This record gives sequence, structure tokens and C-alpha cells, in this order.
Amino acid sequence: MGFESFPPAFVLLFAAILIGLVKGHARTTVLLLAPIITLWCIWQIPDGVQSTVQFLSYTLEPIEGSALRRIFATVFAIMVFVGGLFSFRIAQWHELAAAYAYAAGAIGVCFAGDLITLFIYWELMAIFSTVVVFCGGTQGAKAAGIRYAIMHFLGGVILKVGIVGVILKTGSVQIQPMLATDFSTWMILIGVLINAAAPPVSAWLADAYPEATPTGSVFLSAFTTKTAVLALILLFPGEPVLIGLGLFMVMYGIIFALLENDVRRILAYSVINQVGFMVVAVGIGTEMALNGATAHAFAHIVYKALLFMSAGVVIYRTGKNKCIELGGLFRTMPLTCACGIIGALAISSFPLTSGFTTKSMISQAAVDMNLMWVYMALTAASAGVFLHAGIKFPWFVFFQKDSGLRPKDAPWNMGLAMVIFASLCILLGIFPELLYKLLPYSVDYVPYSIGKVLFYLQLLLFSGLAFFVLLPLMKRTMTISLDTDWLWRRAGFSLLKAIEKVLCSLGEVMAKQKARFQQFLHRMTVLYLGQPHSADSKERGMFARSWPIGTTALWIAVLLSAYVLLYFL
Amino acid sequence: MTDETQFHWLVRPSTIRKLWIGASVILALIVLAQTVIYVKGYFGFDAWFGFGAVYGFVSCLIMVLVAKLLGFFLKRPENYYEEHPSPSHSSAEKNNSDFKNKHIEERKNGV
Repeated sequence: MGFESFPPAFVLLFAAILIGLVKGHARTTVLLLAPIITLWCIWQIPDGVQSTVQFLSYTLEPIEGSALRRIFATVFAIMVFVGGLFSFRIAQWHELAAAYAYAAGAIGVCFAGDLITLFIYWELMAIFSTVVVFCGGTQGAKAAGIRYAIMHFLGGVILKVGIVGVILKTGSVQIQPMLATDFSTWMILIGVLINAAAPPVSAWLADAYPEATPTGSVFLSAFTTKTAVLALILLFPGEPVLIGLGLFMVMYGIIFALLENDVRRILAYSVINQVGFMVVAVGIGTEMALNGATAHAFAHIVYKALLFMSAGVVIYRTGKNKCIELGGLFRTMPLTCACGIIGALAISSFPLTSGFTTKSMISQAAVDMNLMWVYMALTAASAGVFLHAGIKFPWFVFFQKDSGLRPKDAPWNMGLAMVIFASLCILLGIFPELLYKLLPYSVDYVPYSIGKVLFYLQLLLFSGLAFFVLLPLMKRTMTISLDTDWLWRRAGFSLLKAIEKVLCSLGEVMAKQKARFQQFLHRMTVLYLGQPHSADSKERGMFARSWPIGTTALWIAVLLSAYVLLYFL
Repeated sequence: MTDETQFHWLVRPSTIRKLWIGASVILALIVLAQTVIYVKGYFGFDAWFGFGAVYGFVSCLIMVLVAKLLGFFLKRPENYYEEHPSPSHSSAEKNNSDFKNKHIEERKNGV
């Protein structure tokens, strides 16, 4: 009844404003009710364009429904609900308001039928996710937030350049599949990929997310990269560049997570790793692959938020975020530990978890296209995921050694949020049809066959063995790892400083020369025009000497006579 | 044994020993299960006996070694980005302010 043309994003935007206006239980009600209403609105939107708006000479389509768009919006709305439940007791109101506005941007992107609407919601996300990073409140969060904002606004500009180019060329603002063939389509691809944390700018993610509050990083982990995956599915299905890029992201995520000491930074690198799987799938571009990317994005948001929640509870309770300082927390935090392990198993695509039923679709798509190397790389990466996230995260946080910390377990709301997502991980692992029904293309895929389960168990359990055998090699150190952001955080900064220094010394040289020149002029003046203020009887400069009046009269007489003489000649 | 009881049961050396034994048995069974269960390979070689186990172990080994190797080049102390990159600049500023302070002091002293 008219609700099919109501933008679900507006519900969350309105909620974001209300969060600032009301207090106490009313705020909690808004926080928990808004995502549910949003979810209801999302499911009122049928397929196809639902409303159009005239803007300049363009017809905008703020709401376009399709199975693909609905499933992304659904998981975003679920994420907002559980994230709100997780954070409402400890997060500050402005962080929650920013997170809800940020989620509104993500849901807006889901239903954007044209490039201009997409861009507007894209920037909404960039602005409010930056605010969420700033809410970290520390000096580090401030600096990381500024770097995050620069990266995303730069990405927005690049995206905008591409959009304008495409509109000029095709005359249409429609979102439709394209390939990166010319300048403007490349610009769009790059703009989207910056949000997907693709190389060479992956560093923004691991830089910014761990600086947010324990609750803020839960929200951050969900939206930006996954809307980028959705945009890639909508705009660049089957773009071959993405396969190579995705594989690089997969391996990059693993290697950097292995080097990392900060708990949330490990998880941030594994976001890049997991998004890499989805990017590969979009690059393959078959129906199976796009289904796989969509299903994996759904499952990923759930288990990654679960992991960030369990890390968040640990940081909230202990105030520590380094592997070195943590350990042995399973004694007093059994619930957080159990939920963390479930999330870790799901991200490693262990059988009976959501990771297995979704990520294996991507491998299957690679097999179907006969891409042997891609399949082998993805399989190796699955082993690597178990290594860096599946075991490393729970091991260093909850087991490892006895750090002497005996924190309390999660507060009830955080515990409940974790339990909801942990159950969802297992539910989708046991009954994958629930998710398969919602996918954009019909699913003809059987996730469980006994041979495949055995293969994955061998693969994963032996990577687990590798972890414990190689444990001495993985001793954590109080270090960070350099990334490409070194180029602007250090090299660029040093270059600027060097340029400043050169200009400074140039200025000094100029000043010195100027002074010398002035002295020279002064000397000359004194020499020829005489000493200034010289009231003594010293010899004066040539032009400053006084002459007897008679000499002057004589010279004037000579001149006049010469003039008269010349006149009469 | 009396010494051990002060630990949580999960971290007692005897439990850890049992866990290692249990895990080894499971690992062995998982590989041996391939004699009765057919693993469908997609590219021929991935159906070899114990391929998943070897592949999982070796790829993890390689990744850890690569990470270790890269670590030598990429690892930096925690405060790497926080320290002042150009100490000369800041020292110049310091000199300048020292100079100013001196003047102020002199003025106070009536010089």
C-alpha cells in the first residue's frame, strides 16, 4: 500500500536523528525497532523500478528491487539490529547515530537504481563511517579517521569522475553491467575497488577499523566493503581483472594477518582476505559465482561481526588489544570464547558452519569454469584462513598462556547479540537452503557430499597441525607491519618535509644575497652621494660635495652662450 | 599431580598430552578414511590419497615462512608512525623558542 516505493534507508536515517533526540529506554526502543521496520520495508519492495525522481535532465530511480539487492539489504538490516543490541549500553549516542546513518547509506546503495543515487548514498556512507572511526576518541583514532576520510573521499571523487564519463558517453544514468574498457569505466571500477579495500590501498581498512571503539568496529566491519562487493556484482560481473586482484587480496590478507599483533587488526586483515574471495567470484562472473559471492557476503557479515564482537567484548572487559598481553581468557569468558570459536570456525569454512555452505560455492564456480589455478589458490587460501583467523584469533586471545587476566564475561546484551549471530552461523551451515532460496539465481548446488567434507577436514585439520607445529615461528612481537600507506604516511611526509627544507634554505640564500646586494648599493650610494647624516667635515661623495657658487654661475653662463650661439647659427 | 591441580584442567600438562594424542589419532583417521570414502577430484591430482592433508599442511607452511620472511622487511616498532620524522626541524624550533625565552628573561631582568 504505497510502501513499496518508500526508501528503507529513510527509516534508519530518521532513527539516526531520533537517537540524538530521545534518551534512556526510548532510545533503546528506537535502536532496536528501526532495523526491524527497515527489514519489513525491504521486503515490501518487489522486483523492478519502484519510483522515479526527476533531477536536472536525469530520471533517477531511488528504489529498484531485485533478489540480489534485497538479500544484501536484509543482511545489512539484521546487522544493524544485532549491532544495535550489542552496543546500546556502552556506545555513546553520537556513535550509534553515526552508525545508523552509515547503515542507511549502505541500504540506500542496495536499492539505488541509477548511478547518481548510488553516488549520493556512497558518500553518506563515507561521511558517517568516518564519524564512527572518530568516535574511537583517541589521538590514534583521530589521525586514522582523517586518513580514512581522505581515502574514501578520494575514492568518491574517482567514482564521480567515472560516473560523469559514463553518463556523457551513454546518456544513461542506469546501473547496468559493464566492463572496464575505457577511462570512465576504469574510474568507476577503481572508485568501487577503493571501498572494497583492494590493493594498492588496502591499508585503510586495517588502519582505521581497529582504532574505532569496540562497538564501532562491529558496524564498520559490515557495510563499506560489502556494498562495494554489491556494486561490483551490479556493475562489473565477469570483469577478468577482478580474479587476479581478488586472489592478491586473499593472500595479502593472510600474510599480513599472520604478522599482526593487534587482535582487531588480525580480523581487519581477514576482512580483506574474505572480500578477496568475493571479488574473485565477481571476476568469474557466472551465475554460480555471483550466487557464491552474494551468499558469502551474507555469511561473512554475520561471522565477521561475531568475531569483532567477541574481540570487542575482550577489549571492553580487559582494555587490552594486543595478542601479547592477552591469553587464557577462556577461564572466565566461556561464552565470548565459545562464540569467538564459532565465528572462527565459520570464517574458516568448517563443515556445518555458514562459511562452508557459502564459500565452497565460489570454489565450485572456479571448477565449473575449469580455472584450475584459481581453484587451487582458493583452496590454499581456505587453509590459510583457518591458520590466521580460525586458530590464531581464538588461540592467542583465549588460550595461549595465562595472562593472569580474569575479566568478567560479556554483559547480557553483548552476549545475546553474539549468541544470535553464532546461531545464525550454525543455522546457515546446517540448513543452507534458507539462504539459497534468497539468492539472485536459482541454486543447483549440493554443499555437502561426504567426499568433499572429508577433503576439507583433511585440509583444515592439517593446517591446524601446521599452526601448532609452526607456533615457535609465530611468536608475537610488539610491532606493526609496513603497508603501502607507508608511501604517504612516511615517504610522502618525508618528501614534503624535504621540499620544505629545500625551500627554506633557498629562502635563506635569497635573503642573504638580498642583504649583500643592499649593502653593495649602500656602499655605492655612500661613495657617490655622500654619507647620510654626515655633519662633520669629512670628504663627501662626488655628487654630495658642495661647490662654490661662482663655478655654477660660470657654467650657466657658458651654457646660455652655447645655446644662443647654436640658435643663431 | 598435587602441583597440577592448581591449574585449570584444560591447561594441565597431562591434559595437553592427552589432547595431542587425541588430535594425532583424529588426524590419522581423517587421512585413513580416504581408503573407504571416495574423494571426487576436479583436476585429477586432487583426488590423490591424502592430497588435502598434504596440501593444507604445505600451503600453511609456505604462508608462514613467507610471512616470517616478509616480517624482516615490514615489521616496525609500534610507535613507528608516531615519532617525529624530522628531529632537525623540531630542534630548530626549540632553539628559536629558547632564544625568545632568553630575551623575555633579559627583559624581565631589565637588561
